[in-house]
Order: sequence, then structure tokens, then C-alpha cells
Amino acid sequence: MTPAGRYAKARFLIPVSGLLAFFIATEMLQFIVQIWYNRPAMLTPQQIQAKLERVLPTVQKPGRYTGGELNQVVKDWDTVKTRIALVFPDIYDLGMSNLGLAILYDLLNQRDDVLAERAYAPWTDMEAVMRRDDIPLYSLETKHPLADFDVIGISLPYETIYTSTLNVLDLSGIPLFSAERGPGHPLVIAGGHSTFNPEPMHAFIDAFVIGEGEGAIQEIVDTFQTFKRGAGSGERGALLRELSMIWGVYVPSLYEAKYHEDGTFASIEKLVDDAPLPIDKRIEPKLPPPTTRFIVPYVDTVHNRAPIEIMRGCTRGCRFCHAGMVTRPVRERSVDEVIQAIEETIRHTGFEEIGLLSLSSSDYTHAVELVEAVQEKYRDEHLSISLPSLRIESVSVDLMDALKGGRKGGFTLAPEAATERMRQIINKPVSTELLLETAREIYSRGWTTIKLYFMIGHPSETIEDVQAIADLCKAVLKEGRKVIGGRAKVNAGVSTFVPKPHTPFQWVACDSIEQIKAKQALLKEALRGRGLKLNWNDPRETQLEAWLSRGDRRLAEVVYQAWRNGAKFDAWGEHFNYKTWLEAFEVVGLDPEFYTHRQRPLDEIFPWEHLSTTVRKKFLTQDYLWSLEGRIRIDCREQCFACGILPTFADIRSEHPGEGWKCPEAG
Amino acid sequence: MRLRIIFSKTDAMRYTSHLDLQRTWERTLRRARLPLAYSQGFNPHPKINLGAALPLGFTSQGEIIEVWLEEQVPLGEIEASLTPVLPPGLNVHDIRESEIRSPKIQTLIQSTQYSAKLLEPIPDLEARVGDLLSQSSLVRERRGKEYDLRPLILALSNEGERHLHMHLSALPGATGRPDEVLLALGIDPHDAHIQRSKIILKDE
Ligand code: SF4
Repeated sequence: MTPAGRYAKARFLIPVSGLLAFFIATEMLQFIVQIWYNRPAMLTPQQIQAKLERVLPTVQKPGRYTGGELNQVVKDWDTVKTRIALVFPDIYDLGMSNLGLAILYDLLNQRDDVLAERAYAPWTDMEAVMRRDDIPLYSLETKHPLADFDVIGISLPYETIYTSTLNVLDLSGIPLFSAERGPGHPLVIAGGHSTFNPEPMHAFIDAFVIGEGEGAIQEIVDTFQTFKRGAGSGERGALLRELSMIWGVYVPSLYEAKYHEDGTFASIEKLVDDAPLPIDKRIEPKLPPPTTRFIVPYVDTVHNRAPIEIMRGCTRGCRFCHAGMVTRPVRERSVDEVIQAIEETIRHTGFEEIGLLSLSSSDYTHAVELVEAVQEKYRDEHLSISLPSLRIESVSVDLMDALKGGRKGGFTLAPEAATERMRQIINKPVSTELLLETAREIYSRGWTTIKLYFMIGHPSETIEDVQAIADLCKAVLKEGRKVIGGRAKVNAGVSTFVPKPHTPFQWVACDSIEQIKAKQALLKEALRGRGLKLNWNDPRETQLEAWLSRGDRRLAEVVYQAWRNGAKFDAWGEHFNYKTWLEAFEVVGLDPEFYTHRQRPLDEIFPWEHLSTTVRKKFLTQDYLWSLEGRIRIDCREQCFACGILPTFADIRSEHPGEGWKCPEAG
Repeated sequence: MRLRIIFSKTDAMRYTSHLDLQRTWERTLRRARLPLAYSQGFNPHPKINLGAALPLGFTSQGEIIEVWLEEQVPLGEIEASLTPVLPPGLNVHDIRESEIRSPKIQTLIQSTQYSAKLLEPIPDLEARVGDLLSQSSLVRERRGKEYDLRPLILALSNEGERHLHMHLSALPGATGRPDEVLLALGIDPHDAHIQRSKIILKDE
């Protein structure tokens, strides 16, 4: 029996005997029949609209729930072959800034045979109203209940969104467990960065897309359509098997996880012969043309800007960085393509800010050229262009200066660690001298605030390394005072390191809550006074991320229990309830520390290994061992370290020769 | 060049707050690629001035915005570039050039006309209206302060059992709110669609 099936059973299992059992069984049967037939009568869009008219004036920020924004796409529901709801399981204000979904929305709606609409998690006040008035979760475009769609595509960018995902399914009246869904239910798929280890969500999602979604979503739709038309339709299992044949698609119900007696992961076993193993991540050989027709929200959202991706992947090899390891290879867009995208974006959206996104802007080959071209073209347009993630060096200050962005937000630098030793361990070599020099330059060019990003809890970190963070912040402030006097400010953002799967640090133990608290206390004490500000995370929230990011399939039941006991919006400090989670672990009989505070032996098999980022485990192991020696691995643009990308994608590379990729040419 | 634009705010746009509407206009004008004038300073903003704030959820057929342009542009050209880029829920009814030195519209607002469409008919609506109009004072409380609503009602009438029309004072410190009028009539404002029909200015 699949674990999902086991949970489903367990939920209805009541130990009884004899006649009593019979009565309960009949009652249960009736109950099941009831849920099947008496599912809240599916409302029509007109009925939903009518209910909304009454309730929207009573909730906060009703503009989150109306749709109807500029550039939304509305198609004829009845004539389109496949209807897809794209869901961000957190509120509109956050979801509208999600680039992945914006791209898929654009791509899918370009197809004549498909319509894609949006849905987000309602905030708690709206949820209460929806549950009270029997309003199911609906799409913003046409107000169709989510359960009416053929496919639900969910974005899972981070782990703390999992319980809200269950809540969204529940509000939609779609069974939470994949195993409980029948032919009348939508296909539920998910993608996003956290799906590189999707196992804690395996019981709830029918199919995951591992890696980049642009090409995969098209093939999923094609398969879905042929299946719907073809003979023997209606059999969900067959559809799922068919989907598993698509490059990058992982159908968890086709596999079974095995564990050792001591609770460690043993292996993943195929339940059908032709299920692929491992499942290679999907990549786009060449970045497709950027999306420029973003939906323009009416209400304030988290990022009021249009994002344009200039480069995907990163060659720096910071050992803590999940994104850097899973998004290889580096592929760049040309300056012309970016400039054209900016032009179209302004025409289509009128956004006041354009964010040129990448994991490390300074590494974009034509960064200087791009900035010059932007400056030349938009000098008089009062357009603010942001270029985040710049390296610590004076060229970055030149770039920012040329972009003439506002100075009020401050200049961000991310040294991540404050001692040379620590920076060698995490492979982010920056000298303190260079950092101070860059800081001087920033203050002298008109910025008054420097934001410094650090992490505590790096492997082998000592209290001295933490003290050094405080010292470094003060040293930067001192430089600022020399240049601009008392106006100089330093904002230190100190987050807590969470070891991520598929990185060279996937073996290491996390700091305990007590250790983190002691380190934070030191910083709070040291970083006081004029010009200094410190931001930190609640260590308990970090624990949740840590449990789930290196979790296995058994955590699905923990997620489920936590949700049942009220967990949702875990990423929102005020909603996160640590106790609920500990109780969920307790009920399921798992030890949370097993997932966080255990140093894994080098030869341990990980529950996420069958999902291949194509970076080899051998490479990660070597890199971990290098970190123990404090050995630096230089940028692989300078020297290829054969991480595994090239052998796996040799064919694709030779079909796409030249500058676009930053890995060496094949052959 | 200074412009006075009369526009409607309908559909989903009615849930856009004053600040959000301001941003929506900025983006609309940027899409139109008009030569907007900007404020000075480190973070320059386009020079626009939205007339009277409209409570969230109300629609309007007569909102006013002022826009300053760097240079003179023929009105026809402005209309031609603006119309195709308007977002759903915003419609331009009229564009006029105004005297560059005339006072801000906020100081010119005299009164406002509203209509309310009730979701359910009220059979004695006419009687309620008549009763209210016959009062010489209507003391109400809003945000902990007592005030007299009656003198702020310049006109009030019904049309059948579901429609109301009102003309309310909108002078500084003496602004009548249509939802308050509904409450005074014993109607929950959530049971009505309120629309602003017109803002009446001193110079018109
Ligand atoms: S294949 Fe070589 S160049 Fe490409 S990402 Fe891996 S190490 Fe870097």
C-alpha cells in the first residue's frame, strides 16, 4: 500500500468490534456516501460573483479577490480544451510577485486550446467569510471554482508554504490526498524550488515538475489532452504513468520509499517497471523570450516592479546556496533581448521599477554594457532599474551609480560570514579589506545606509565568528562616519543557515535553538547604538524550514497533522505555531531532531537522491570535504570542475553551442 | 501644461484605495508615454493630483485627476495615447486644459452627487426619504464625534423602491457621506451599490 493510502485509511480507522463495528461501519459508509454526493453543490461563477458582491466590502483589501486587472487573460470557458488554474498558496500580495507563475500564465495563455487563470490563498478574514458562506476557492479571472478546472498547478517556492497548500486544496473542495482523487477531480501538479525535495508533499501532489517549467508544462498539457481524448480515458493511474514519461516530471505514487530500522532512508523502489529512476531535472537549453505582459495589480503588493531575468544559474559555488547548485548551468540572455524586454514591459505595464534578476548580477557577462545601454535609453524616463545581488567590489558601486536608482533603500552587500576562515568554509571568499573599501565608495557616492547580509549557524561556526559579524558591522559604520559623519547607517540582516538538500552542506547538522539564541543574543548586545540596526529570524521558524527541507516521505503525515490542527501561513511570523508542529511530530511518532540535529555520515543515502539536479553526489561530497579543509573552489567559469551537468546534458550543449551557456563546449 | 481629466471608476477598480488609484494612474500615464512632469528630489514622483478620495467599494462616473506635463501636447493626441492603455475599470470622459496657476481642485470642491442602487427593494423607501427630509436636524455619530447630517444633505430623492439620488455638501469640515445617509434611512450600506455621479467644482 502506498503511504498515501495508509494515511487515508488510518484517518478512518477506529478500533471496534462486533455489532458496534457493524453500526459504525454502516454509519461510516453513509458518511462517505454523503461526502461524495453532498459535496457542497458546485457553485456557478454567477453565484460566486453574487456572494462576493456582498462579502468583499467587509474584508481587508478586497482588491486581492476581484481579479479584473490590466493584462489578465479571459478566455471562453466552454470552447477551450484544457483549463488550468495556477495557484500560489499564499496571499495575492506575495503571489503576484512570483515570476515563475507569471511566465507559465503567459505561456499557457498563448495557446489557443488552453486557458490559465489565477488563484491565491485568501487571508484569514476572507477565509472565515468563505467558509461561513460556502464560497469555494475560485479563479480570479472567471470566478470558476478551482474544482472545475482540469489541472491545478501549484507553486511551491519554499517549504513554509506547505500547510497553506493543503488549506487551499481544502478550500477548493479537492481531496487533499492524491490517492483519494478520482476521475472527476483536477490533476494537481506542483513546481518551484522546494520541489527539488518534494517528498514531504508527495502524498498531496499528483505530479511534480523538477526544475524549469516552461517546456514541461506544455508537454504535460499535451499529454493531458491526448489522454482525455484517447481510449480508456478516465483512468487516473494511466494518465499519471504517462506523465511520468515526460522529462522532469516526478509522479510520487509510482515509487515506494524504504527505511532502515534506525529510521534512516534505505531506498526508493519503483512500483511500475517503466517509471524513470533517477528523475532528471528539466532545463531550458536556451532561455525562452522573457515575459513582458505582466498583470498589473490594482492594490499594493510586496514588489511593485516588473521582473526580467537576465541570467539563470550561478557558477560561484557558494556551498550553502541551494539555488546556485540546482539551477546550473548558467545561461544568459543577450543585452539586446533584455533591453527589448524592458521596452515592452514599460509599454505593457507602466511599472515604475524594473528588476533585472539573476542569482549574481555582477557575473552577467555584459553587466557594464547592459547598464550603459539602459542608462542611455532611459535617462529621462524616471524609470528605476534595480540590479540585485551584486558582488562586493567597487565595480558594483559604479553599476548602481549608473542606474541612478533611488538611494533611500540603501546599498546591499552580502558577505554572509565575517571571518576569512568562515568564508573559506562556505566558499564565499571576500577580503575584509575589499569590503571596507567598497563600503567607503558606497558612502561617498551618496548612500547613507549599507545593508549587510550575514548568516549564523554555518558549519563549525564558533562564537568568535559571530562576534566578528558585530565587529565588521561596526568597522563598516566607522568607514561611513569618516565619509559622511553621523548620517551613516548599517543595517545588519542576520539569518540562520539551513542546510539544504543537493548542496555540499546536505550532510551537516543544524545549530540547536539554544545555540542560535546564544548567537543572536551576542549580536543583539553588540549591535546597539546609533546608526546600527539588526534584523534576525525567529529560530523556531528556521527549525520548520530545516525539518522540511531535508525531510522524507514520512513528513507528509506531519504536514497533514499540523494543518489539521490549524497550521497555515507558517511563513508569516504571527501565524506560525511551533507547538502545533511539535505536536504533529509527536502524533506521527517522529523525532524532529532526526531531521535537523543529526550529522549524516558521508555514505548515507538521502531521500531526495532520486530527484537528480544532475550535479553528482561525488562532486558534492568532494566539495564538502574541501570545506572541512577550508579549501576554496573558484568560479567554474574559470575552470570547469565537471560537476555533472555536462555529461548529463552533453547532447543539449552541443545542440546549443556558443556563449549562451557558461559551461565549456561539449566534446 | 496642466490637465483636468474626468474619469469613471467601475468594476474591480472600485476596490482600489486612494493611494493605489494614484499608482494605477501613474502607471497608466507611463504606458501612454506622455511627457509627465516630475517632482524634484532624490525620488521624483510624477506630478498628479487626485481629487476627492472615494470610499472603498464605491464606483464613480465623475472622478477628477489633475496631471502636469512637461510640454504642450494637443488634447486630441493626449486622448489618443491614453485611451488604448487605460486599465479595465477606468474610463476617461473628458480631458481639459486648466489654468496653470489656478488653485488645486481640492479647494474648489463644493458638493458631490451620488446614486445608490439597493440590492433588495424597500417598499417604503419613498416614505423613509420623506420622513428624513422633514427632519430639521439629524444628529449622528461618526468616529466618536457627533455631527448633524441634515444640513449636509442638499437634495435626496428616490426612484422606485431600489434607487436613491443624493446631492451632498463636500466643503472642508462639512462633507456628507452617502453611507451615513443610507444608515439614517435604516439601510445597511453593504446592501447597496453606491456610485458617485459628479463632483461639483466652484469654477464650473
Ligand atoms: S559543468 Fe563545469 S562549468 Fe558547468 S556548472 Fe558544472 S562545474 Fe560549472
